[in-house]
Amino acid sequence: MTGRPMPSPSPLTAGFWEAARHHQLVVQRCSSCGRFRHYPQHLCPYCLDDGWTWAPVRGTGSVYSYAVTHRAFHPAWTDRVPYAVVTVTLDEGVRMVSDLDPRDTARVAVGLPVQVYFEEVAGTDFTLPRFRLVEPVPLPGDD
Amino acid sequence: MRDACAVVGIGHTAYTRGTDRSVVDLHLEASRRALTDAGLQAADVDGIVPSSVADRVVEDFIRNLGIRNLGFSSTPHAGGSSFGMGIQDACMAIHAGVASCVLLPAGRLGYSSWQRASRIAENPNPAMVDMIEFEFPMGNVGPAMWFAQQARRHMHLYGTTSEQLGRLAVTIRRHANLNPQALMYGKTLTLEDHQASRLIVDPFRLFDCSLETDGAAAIVVTSTERAKDLRQPPVLISGVGTAFGYPGTSVTQSEELSELPGIREAGRRAFTMAAATPADIDVIAVHEGFSFFVVACLEALGFCPVGEGGPFVASDEIALGGDLPLNTHGGALSEAHVSGANHVIEIVKQLRGAVEPDRQVEGCETGLVANEGNFGNGAVVVLRRSR
Repeated sequence: MTGRPMPSPSPLTAGFWEAARHHQLVVQRCSSCGRFRHYPQHLCPYCLDDGWTWAPVRGTGSVYSYAVTHRAFHPAWTDRVPYAVVTVTLDEGVRMVSDLDPRDTARVAVGLPVQVYFEEVAGTDFTLPRFRLVEPVPLPGDD
Repeated sequence: MRDACAVVGIGHTAYTRGTDRSVVDLHLEASRRALTDAGLQAADVDGIVPSSVADRVVEDFIRNLGIRNLGFSSTPHAGGSSFGMGIQDACMAIHAGVASCVLLPAGRLGYSSWQRASRIAENPNPAMVDMIEFEFPMGNVGPAMWFAQQARRHMHLYGTTSEQLGRLAVTIRRHANLNPQALMYGKTLTLEDHQASRLIVDPFRLFDCSLETDGAAAIVVTSTERAKDLRQPPVLISGVGTAFGYPGTSVTQSEELSELPGIREAGRRAFTMAAATPADIDVIAVHEGFSFFVVACLEALGFCPVGEGGPFVASDEIALGGDLPLNTHGGALSEAHVSGANHVIEIVKQLRGAVEPDRQVEGCETGLVANEGNFGNGAVVVLRRSR
């Protein structure tokens, strides 16, 4: 089976993937105004400062939008359709994209809470930060 | 720049699914037809805007058309809005005196080659660098997937439905059924057909997705002054506006996924230049990679309030005979996907009064073309019949 397309990190983005390897989710944070940003870029678009650090984020957020594909547009997913891809708004305000575990396809909806998890991709050096729907806490009386 | 330039020639190849011809060959056929239509020679051309979407370079045209000392060329890289942005470039060059006659060819081997949109993840364009790194590994790998998230967001906020998108597709198909050039000329479509068609990327079904076709189309733009002596009644470029999306890295990073601010701003600029309002538009063409683009474009351009695009596109307002006939040629959903050049050609033909009588919008004076491209870019052109 063909593998997922893997990233080719640049000097600007390598720290993101290095942190993921250690199961830590980070995004850029401006050293001047303190705002978070993603995807990685050289300047803060708010204050134009070029100083920044990788800031750990909680890895929790909610589904901003999603799509469920019934067609595999890349051979890596041929055996996995249908699957959902979600755009997540992290609690810190930035957006990230992830495919969901196929078991979550039927119940995905805008606004549901999500949590990051880390998947080491076999045969590569990469660990992907992916998201899963947070299981609702069962209420007393629920089956 | 209002009314300073005009579309004086249009031409296109047959639209097919399958061809043995190269994309250059198709572009040259469309170009020669456009020049013939205008009554111009290749030697009259001193500006060329090749299509970035088709991976073309100006040398393809210089050598084949035998053009010495070409004075102007630009190549907007703006995805599906590149053609409309090229029209703005052509007008600027002519208005500034840098060129006098600009040729704009476009169209892909959208069926027979790697230029097929559903294979874009294999050959991504340079604007997709962040998507390649952060979204492709997560399986967000096809245009239908990217733009389905916009439609889903709109559905979530406003209750827009697949049935409304279906009614839109049916209206556009009815228009194609009146257009012998359309790939879907002989094929009818009902709402039931749409709702029963397979899901490609929920909420998009098969008939929400534009056709993948081979073909090319071209237009020729000159100054309005020069246009008066040419073969065809000139169609004036009354207003043109463009705007790039923010941040433009991916659909998922746009500030509000359900809206197209690039189209909104491009429209505002085009309407201002043309001194026109939505109420002045008699016929409209929206380059619709997917059905939902029409909803978001009509809202962004002010033809209906934000959030009300669903009911609007499901109504007869946008059908021939309605107040705002839309994609009267069949659009990218049912005529062909020619990077939006076929949409410009349709509005030019409507304003010339030169389409088949069954689909001619009677007495149309003013038309509009809207092209969305890449991740939020927009180009809008307001065209007017010369009086």
